[in-house]
Amino acid sequence: MTPVTLGAACRTYLGVHLEATRIHGVYMSFSSFDNAHSTPDTATAAAGLGRRSFLGYVLAGSTLVVAADLTLARPARGAVPSGVQIPELYDLEDLQTDSAAPTSQLITVTINRDGTASFALPRSEVGQGILTSTTMILAEELDLPMNKVKVTLAPARPELLLNQLTGGSNSTFSTYTPIRVAGALARQKLLEAAAILFGTTADRLTTTGGVISDGLGNNATYGELASSAASQVVEAVEVVLRPPSDFTVIGKPKNRLDARDAVTGKKKFTTDLDVPGALPTMVCRAPEHQGTPKKLNNLARILKMDGVTHVAVVPTGVAVRARTFGQCIDAIREMDVEWNPGTVSGESDSTILAKLRGQELPMVVPNVPILAETVETNVAFAFRSSAALETYSAIADVRDDRATIWAGLKVPILAQQRVAEAVGLAQDQVKVNVITSGGSFGHKLFGDHAIEAATISKAMGKPVKLMWHRADEPRQGRLHPMATSRVRATVLNGQVLSFEQRHTSVTSDFSHGLGEMITSQADELDPLGLGGLSFAESIFTLTQELPYNFGVLTQLLNEPLEFEDKFSTGSMRNIYSPDVCTAAELTIDQIAKKVGKDPLEFRMEFLKSERVKTALRKVAKEGNWGRPMPKGTAQGIAIHKEYKGCTAVLVEIDCRPQTVNRDLGKETVTGPRVTKVVVAVDTGLVINPRGLEAQMQGGAMDGIAMTLTASCHLRDGRFLEASWDNYFYTRQWNVPKDIEVHIIKSDSDTPGGAGEAAVGSTAAAVACAYVRATGKMPAYFPINHGQISFKPKSFIPPVPPSPTNGLKLTR
Amino acid sequence: MPKQTFILNGKPVTVNVNDDVRVLWVLRDLLGVTGPKYGCGINVCKACTSHINGKAFNPCAVRVGDLKPKDRVTTIEGLNETVGKDLHPMQKAWLDQDVSQCGYCQPGQIMAAVALVKKVRREGREIRDSDLDQIRNICRCGTYFRIREAIEQGARNMR
Repeated sequence: MTPVTLGAACRTYLGVHLEATRIHGVYMSFSSFDNAHSTPDTATAAAGLGRRSFLGYVLAGSTLVVAADLTLARPARGAVPSGVQIPELYDLEDLQTDSAAPTSQLITVTINRDGTASFALPRSEVGQGILTSTTMILAEELDLPMNKVKVTLAPARPELLLNQLTGGSNSTFSTYTPIRVAGALARQKLLEAAAILFGTTADRLTTTGGVISDGLGNNATYGELASSAASQVVEAVEVVLRPPSDFTVIGKPKNRLDARDAVTGKKKFTTDLDVPGALPTMVCRAPEHQGTPKKLNNLARILKMDGVTHVAVVPTGVAVRARTFGQCIDAIREMDVEWNPGTVSGESDSTILAKLRGQELPMVVPNVPILAETVETNVAFAFRSSAALETYSAIADVRDDRATIWAGLKVPILAQQRVAEAVGLAQDQVKVNVITSGGSFGHKLFGDHAIEAATISKAMGKPVKLMWHRADEPRQGRLHPMATSRVRATVLNGQVLSFEQRHTSVTSDFSHGLGEMITSQADELDPLGLGGLSFAESIFTLTQELPYNFGVLTQLLNEPLEFEDKFSTGSMRNIYSPDVCTAAELTIDQIAKKVGKDPLEFRMEFLKSERVKTALRKVAKEGNWGRPMPKGTAQGIAIHKEYKGCTAVLVEIDCRPQTVNRDLGKETVTGPRVTKVVVAVDTGLVINPRGLEAQMQGGAMDGIAMTLTASCHLRDGRFLEASWDNYFYTRQWNVPKDIEVHIIKSDSDTPGGAGEAAVGSTAAAVACAYVRATGKMPAYFPINHGQISFKPKSFIPPVPPSPTNGLKLTR
Repeated sequence: MPKQTFILNGKPVTVNVNDDVRVLWVLRDLLGVTGPKYGCGINVCKACTSHINGKAFNPCAVRVGDLKPKDRVTTIEGLNETVGKDLHPMQKAWLDQDVSQCGYCQPGQIMAAVALVKKVRREGREIRDSDLDQIRNICRCGTYFRIREAIEQGARNMR
């Protein structure tokens, strides 16, 4: 079997998947590998013999309403070849998309009489730009200007089950086809209505910017046709989608649609909403992580404070409702509360790390020749706070017979269920409104804020506008779990015989729904060998892929049971990948050194994915890999493959004393500075290149923070960090002056994930560059975790005082 | 309860609230002016950055009682009016560079940027990289690079 026998789209992937294609040769005749589980329909499409048609629905209504099934996202899968890592074939994207399949639920697009189209997207906008990209997709198929396409966020739709989860960089991937089908169908029905009106046939008509013309002077707008195109009965209709070669919107850079609102202050986040009676509410929280209140000793005094209206002891702390948030802060600082210990009383970073190390799964130690040399990496990753700039906030109005919630939520259905449980209502008595979030990064996957707000509203018998204090976030909020990653590779005669990675982590909380999605898929996953793995292990197995020819390659996760429920954890702009990728790529640099090869040359030799090689080659060229660098500075290079795509990143770092020791005054941490980042990304079909570039830039900032500066310290059951002057996310003084993003033209006809793609590869590239610049291999990430460069803020009271010197600091 | 009077976005406002309530909460919770955001409450994240008498300040760190009736407070909502246009050149630059992602920090970023340009002009010079390095406003989406490009563009058009 030689590449020559393959179709062009497949050729690129031959090197990677020979083994797979040999077993299932039937796939070889069509399409690129990422479409290898395509049905024969798409096969013919790829071969250019005709386009596949999809089924959509025209719903009954007084104006045109069309629908498409979300299960259209993915054609049926074929059998799964062996001998390759699972994510090459079936990764988290597929899992999420397939989990959606059995729900058979519809998304609808309405053509309004004013000529606009409206669509409520069952996903959450958290800054990643899906409102804009979804508008682009609809505008494309409808042939309607973007300003006439109105996309909003759907409230919780329980009937969608877990098809309303925004996570794992999956949104565009899973909704792309259904949305296009709905758009194409609407256009088709409008054309048919116009044909009747003009006394012609639809194929003689053209659409331009929401107007249908017959070329003979007859014109009608979509608005004028909306009623006549409507159906009195539900009708199933076949539609053919626009071929990508005809795209005029998809793939063209567009600015964000909400940008003007954002820059004029009009964009509304949860706490900006004016819900009648929902007064500011905050919670006085325990000093220890996940501690609980025993007793408030001075209730009468707190109730007399200025502005305070209500106080309630709830499971998570003592809630206070007042006229302003400032008065809530004052009340919290005045509270005399007795606390129960938390869930990790007495524990510190060092004790948790020791427990993790004690639970590391053994290496298999493959049977290698005695002369083989060993390369070992053993690094720890600190706890990190997943908090966004908008702290957890939710408005809740809980009555005897109903409840209404307003919050930024990526899994609103689950929040709806949990709110219902918390306040003793049926799920259908709870309305959950999804509000655009001030960032997520994993933070809004959980409904903690909505559940807490509902609990407080019920306890007080009043609507509340709950906002967490910043100090609450690192101390009581969701943390990315501490982990260790050990890698052992064996090398002989320039070949890598084995590469084993053991990732050991504090339990990751997947109760936001990804876990349930896994359960629902467990049977189907058995052929992939996932049976018997825990939720977390399944996700790990589905997301981790090291696309190198390294002989015996194993990557295993262990999340010891002893950490179950001990920490409030979650994802943070990716689940395991940044840590796993950093440890793996650091090891690869060490192997390259051992065999006397340049890191780029070594990777190019051992990488088995042409797609990854193309990206790596691109950053090496654009970033001028190997250029002479002054002592104390270096380049670093790394790759990451996930979410149906890949990234390669080249960075330059400056670790010279004059840079590391820059003094920018109090509340700042400087340290090594990444001076240049070059990203190459191949994420399949790109909807909005400008949005993709932004996601890469933002992901790079997260990668820099993870490797260099951002972490939380656990001491005696408490987390020391309490604000941005303790928790060092990347700031302007550590931003590279030069960031380039190169988008690789892809053969794929479906969009992959973008939101998290650059985080792991940047984190790894920065780590590699740091080691090359300093000659030191860090034992801990971020590299500054060993020094605590701030005075921890008070634990009782749990929030710092509001400053008063602002007028002296005008600038 | 004391009456607090100051000029907000060009118009005098009076609010009945105690002296020690911070201006951020007077703006957001009492006056419904929600452009300035809460991100820390201790003058660290700078998400609430607004202007007082043309200079950047952080209303989370100022008691409303410390404002004088003639103090002119400008929030993002009133920035365009300071130049008598629909958009201030800095806002325009933010749109051109497509800076915003979630958008939560951007009102503060823009207000900080405008004040920074004015400050260096008062010093008789133009913006340098070292000035940009010292901007403290946090953007958790990581839009920093486009912010830098937008400030340079905005500064060119602030004449």
